[in-house]
Amino acid sequence: MTQQAAPHARSQPLQAALKDAGLSALIAFGLFFFLIGLRTEQGPTGALEITTRLPQLAMLVGAVFAGSLARGLLFGRDAIGIGRFIPPALVQAATRIGRFAGPALLGFALLVPWLFYDNRYLLDLGILVLTYVMLGWGLNIVVGLAGLLDLGYVAFYAVGAYSYALLATHFELSFWICLPLAGILSAFWGILLGFPVLRLRGDYLAIVTLAFGEIIRLVLLNWQSLTGGPNGISSIPRPSFFGLPFVDDEGSFASTFGLEYSPTHRVVFLFYLILALALVTNWVTIRLRRLPIGRAWEAMREDEIACRSLGINTTTTKLTAFAMGAMFGGFAGSFFATRQGFISPESFTFGESALVLAIVVLGGMGSQIGVAIAAFVMIGGFELFRELDQYRMLVFGFAMVTIMIWRPRGLVATREPSIHLGERKAVGAAFVGQGQG
Amino acid sequence: MTAASNPILTVERLSMRFGGLIAVDELSFAARRGHITALIGPNGAGKTTVFNCITGFYKPSTGMIRLSHTDGRAYLLERLLNYRVAKVARVARTFQNIRLFPGMTALENLVVAQHNVLMTASGFTFAGLFGLKSWHLAERAALDKARYWLDRTALLQRADDPAGALAYGEQRRLEIARAMCTEPVLLCLDEPAAGLNARESAELNELLQFIRTEHGTSILLIEHDMSVVMEISDHIVVLDYGVKIADGTPEAIRNDPKVIAAYLGVEDEEVEQVEAEVGL
Repeated sequence: MTQQAAPHARSQPLQAALKDAGLSALIAFGLFFFLIGLRTEQGPTGALEITTRLPQLAMLVGAVFAGSLARGLLFGRDAIGIGRFIPPALVQAATRIGRFAGPALLGFALLVPWLFYDNRYLLDLGILVLTYVMLGWGLNIVVGLAGLLDLGYVAFYAVGAYSYALLATHFELSFWICLPLAGILSAFWGILLGFPVLRLRGDYLAIVTLAFGEIIRLVLLNWQSLTGGPNGISSIPRPSFFGLPFVDDEGSFASTFGLEYSPTHRVVFLFYLILALALVTNWVTIRLRRLPIGRAWEAMREDEIACRSLGINTTTTKLTAFAMGAMFGGFAGSFFATRQGFISPESFTFGESALVLAIVVLGGMGSQIGVAIAAFVMIGGFELFRELDQYRMLVFGFAMVTIMIWRPRGLVATREPSIHLGERKAVGAAFVGQGQG
Repeated sequence: MTAASNPILTVERLSMRFGGLIAVDELSFAARRGHITALIGPNGAGKTTVFNCITGFYKPSTGMIRLSHTDGRAYLLERLLNYRVAKVARVARTFQNIRLFPGMTALENLVVAQHNVLMTASGFTFAGLFGLKSWHLAERAALDKARYWLDRTALLQRADDPAGALAYGEQRRLEIARAMCTEPVLLCLDEPAAGLNARESAELNELLQFIRTEHGTSILLIEHDMSVVMEISDHIVVLDYGVKIADGTPEAIRNDPKVIAAYLGVEDEEVEQVEAEVGL
């Protein structure tokens, strides 16, 4: 049967591939004709003149045709399975190494200030990456565990940052007092957002959380008397080492410990500070997953109605998820404020929410190590491709599309059970729900 | 009369309207403590609607649903918020189309079911977060209870497998085990034998008998599989078009002409006579 069908089946894919490739080329032509094919330039008289770039257009359309044809011949009309090109031995090796990835990454993070003490740029980048790791872990509670799609996470980051900035500048409270206050205030706003969205699911929830993020930003932008509007808040107190400031003076950190003053001390301190904050987020999340509240979050993601039939109060469960996620966002926000020394609403745009959500989704919803790796790759990679300037977003988008084709459920798609009787087995991605959001 | 012979559940003049559709019309029945009461009827008779009213998922249009515990406390279920029916009144249910937590293991499903007990034991998370001893003891007790029910439902081998990967019959059993982990006084099962083969149905009968006799849990059951209904129920309530048409022991129901008419239909010439009997 199969042998008889073979010649027939072989002629058909070519036909189908040619057809698909032709169609793709046509769409590409329609798109790129205006984007690439036409160009307006200022002529000698100052008027705009239309010039054409037909060779470039032809090249692009040709490239799309060739790419589409190759794809059609290699994969047929199936989804591209890059996975099948990766030898199973490599996958097994990766899984084995994966177990040590967490401790290895942590060890590396601890050593970064020693390794790159002289490289201010890398230290700053490390701080930035860790900030996003923390934000990713915070959002992971809401999106990954509770399955509530939150597109306005940056609002809590902003609340934390402004809480710290206002408390520190007006009441001259220290960072260590402001930090929990900022977390509590953010959690409070998380609950405030939670109430109206209790009944919402999926797309509707996403839209309301998106709007919430924008509302917070617009309030910060327009409430000039309190927030300084677009000018933001400047000269926010920098953190001190438990009361010892990082300055070149008597009674400072450097003089107390008999060190020569160096501005790097503060950067290193900030690095360890955000590392500690991120690790606290991680520790709390790991603990919570093994507590009834964390299990209820995951159960709610899997099936909310079943939760209610078991007597689980889904209202408080949802609100605690929002509050907990928001609190860690608030911690990260107050760290951001103290690090920058200046904040304005510009730092809290929707793009930030989208970036953090992308980190969570790419890393694999619910996976702590996956989120950390995704933050490292996304933020670090973004910096790596800085030289490409305007093509940077292109590379970035291409990388994201590739990862999503290769691993549609994120880098670490399996779920670790929170409790086990016998041998601990990871739950396959196919079974794990993604929540209604 | 001792408390045990009182009805555990009394449904009085329960009606449920969806717009112009009357799904349940003035239904009254009682389920006795320690008994297996079956609710049967043709498709669309309103059985699941009654279940949803009892378990708090629907708010009935009119009527009263009274659940009494052995200690004398009574609850009006139609007034309780959905999750409180399970938490306070201790009514557990399963679903017609199984609703497990597919991405969680069988064991986790059973531990989630003990949420309220564990939540208190974990000091509303704070004691658990810092790993106090009382929390560890409570968690171990929860594990033991989960293991007991896994053993009872012959799922111990599959404890660490995701619920979504279990076979259909296993999922049905796991859902019952999960409901039992909430320590209910009344267990409501919505078509537990649907999709089971004859052997699995027989095992289900045994399991339900065990739950009733060993744990003293009263059972309210919706079922189409008459081999299950007739064998294990103590009392049967028959619904048709939202109206109760019969109520009695399995033998009485088996021979009731109205029930036979509702299930099998009647000869053309008998229609008027049956309609008069039913009261149409």
